[in-house]
Amino acid sequence: MAAKSLRTAYGEALVALGKDNKNIVALEADLGKSTMSNLFQVAYPERYFEMSIAEANMASTAAGLALTGKIPFINSFAVFSTGRCYDQLRQTISIAGLNVKICGSSAGLSDYGDGSTHQSVEDMSLMRGIPGMTVLVPVDAVETTKMVAAMVNNSGPMYIRINRNDLPILTPTDTPFEIGKLYTMKEGKDVVVFANGVMVSRALAAAEELAAQGVFVKVVNVSTIKPLDRQAVIACAKGMKAVVTAEEHSVIGGLGSAIAEALRLEKGAPIEFVGIEDVFGTSALNYDELLVHYGLTAQAITTKIKGLLK
Amino acid sequence: MVAAEVIRSIEEKALRMRELIVTDLIGEGKVGHLGGSCSSADIVATLYFHKMKHDPKNPKNPDRDRFLLSKGHAALVQYAALALAGYFPQSELKKVKSLGAMLQGHPDMTKTPGIEANTGSLGQGLSIANGMALGLRIDKSARRVYVIVGDGEQAEGQIWEAAMAAANFKIDNITAIVDCNRLQATGAIKDRFDLNPIRPKWEAFGWNAIEVDGHDVGALIGAFEATEQVKGKPSVILANTVKGKCISFAENNAAFHNGMLTAEQCKTALCDLETIRKGRA
Repeated sequence: MAAKSLRTAYGEALVALGKDNKNIVALEADLGKSTMSNLFQVAYPERYFEMSIAEANMASTAAGLALTGKIPFINSFAVFSTGRCYDQLRQTISIAGLNVKICGSSAGLSDYGDGSTHQSVEDMSLMRGIPGMTVLVPVDAVETTKMVAAMVNNSGPMYIRINRNDLPILTPTDTPFEIGKLYTMKEGKDVVVFANGVMVSRALAAAEELAAQGVFVKVVNVSTIKPLDRQAVIACAKGMKAVVTAEEHSVIGGLGSAIAEALRLEKGAPIEFVGIEDVFGTSALNYDELLVHYGLTAQAITTKIKGLLK
Repeated sequence: MVAAEVIRSIEEKALRMRELIVTDLIGEGKVGHLGGSCSSADIVATLYFHKMKHDPKNPKNPDRDRFLLSKGHAALVQYAALALAGYFPQSELKKVKSLGAMLQGHPDMTKTPGIEANTGSLGQGLSIANGMALGLRIDKSARRVYVIVGDGEQAEGQIWEAAMAAANFKIDNITAIVDCNRLQATGAIKDRFDLNPIRPKWEAFGWNAIEVDGHDVGALIGAFEATEQVKGKPSVILANTVKGKCISFAENNAAFHNGMLTAEQCKTALCDLETIRKGRA
């Protein structure tokens, strides 16, 4: 599988969309070379605002731009664009439902070297808790491109969580992306795994391994974690012997919580979570090593599935 | 020079706004942000009834000046001005803060015509104003953004982030007004984070700063006009005010930042305002 950079796809999508839509503006907090918002800076310098190392001000400034009809994208690492300016996102932007788009780049553990201060294990939880906030987690570069277009075409505050590292291309270019839709990546009759981001490829690997053992796993890419299509989640879980969620995020408040909330009235299969067990990140010399350290692997998914099927 | 009758009519609006704050927006036996609303009243009246281009019948007209109350807790003074300007019926004022009311405890643009942004979490309004000013600049609009910041609010670090940003982007279609009433919720600012002298701080951050008496309507008009002439840098008016201005027992009294008014105090307040009105006649 070819791997491609999601953040490059993000920056290129902004540039492509900004060509015709002059209302798109981008704000950056001194990380443009990482978030790739710098591509927009080169293309449209008059619509790019380098907001320096001041994320709170960046978020509120974006609110003001939205109030004059612009479509501002604010850019930083996920840990900062959600945590450092949480109050600004909540108060002015979300209570009024302003059309501000938040890019959380280098999300999850994907900024492996920088350690716990720069790794976001709770950003989905923070953003999911804000009424009216749309929360998007692209699985690959292709979906990222479509998602940015959907963010422009739909009004309201939206958060996109972008991995720093190249991820395998898992989705086709020619199918549309719709906010709120679940995407089945592999059919299966015994178990369903709801995954997003980097964990979708891990879930597919687990499904392959289990298929060889006669257990057929359905893998669903939950690239919109909010709004979550509850009926679709229920339909996916119907008749399954086990439900497992897999996310590069704390098991508190993210995808696992969202799926458990959606299934709370169902008398169906037991649910298990694969995620980070309520601890912060840490530095590592490569991404895979870190994912293994936190149990974010195909093996972990397989083990949890087998545990539920016992 | 602005004609004396223009100034008198703005002063009368500000008095009327204070009366509405006492009778309709707070009322006997109830609690409300009296002090900071009264300190801002003359500034708000000057903007709505003289300075700003705005249309109460078409609040979203793109060709309008914008007004933001970064110190959103003083919403009462803006509600009084909006009602007097005709944005909504005066009968809405008495429903303030009640369930389902158009007028919330802090400004809410989704519920109240004429409110430009949801403010009240302190420190954010200047940044929002900057964003609006940049948006207007992109659109080549001649309109201006006015934002009132509390002097206590200057303790919020984001105010200074916004101050740096405005100077960096040479935002000259913004006028910030600092309502310098010298008191915050629990006491004197000088006993907490004392920012005095304030003016050199704004100047050091790259702003054109003008100091005026925030209750002198003529001086305020002059200051607003002066800020419009300054190009290539943002302007701030440091308005020296009195918290609770015109209400004898509330003047310079932190207890009335968000205090309760007894029936007796309401009566006294209206008496104070009427005395001022008669004195001007």
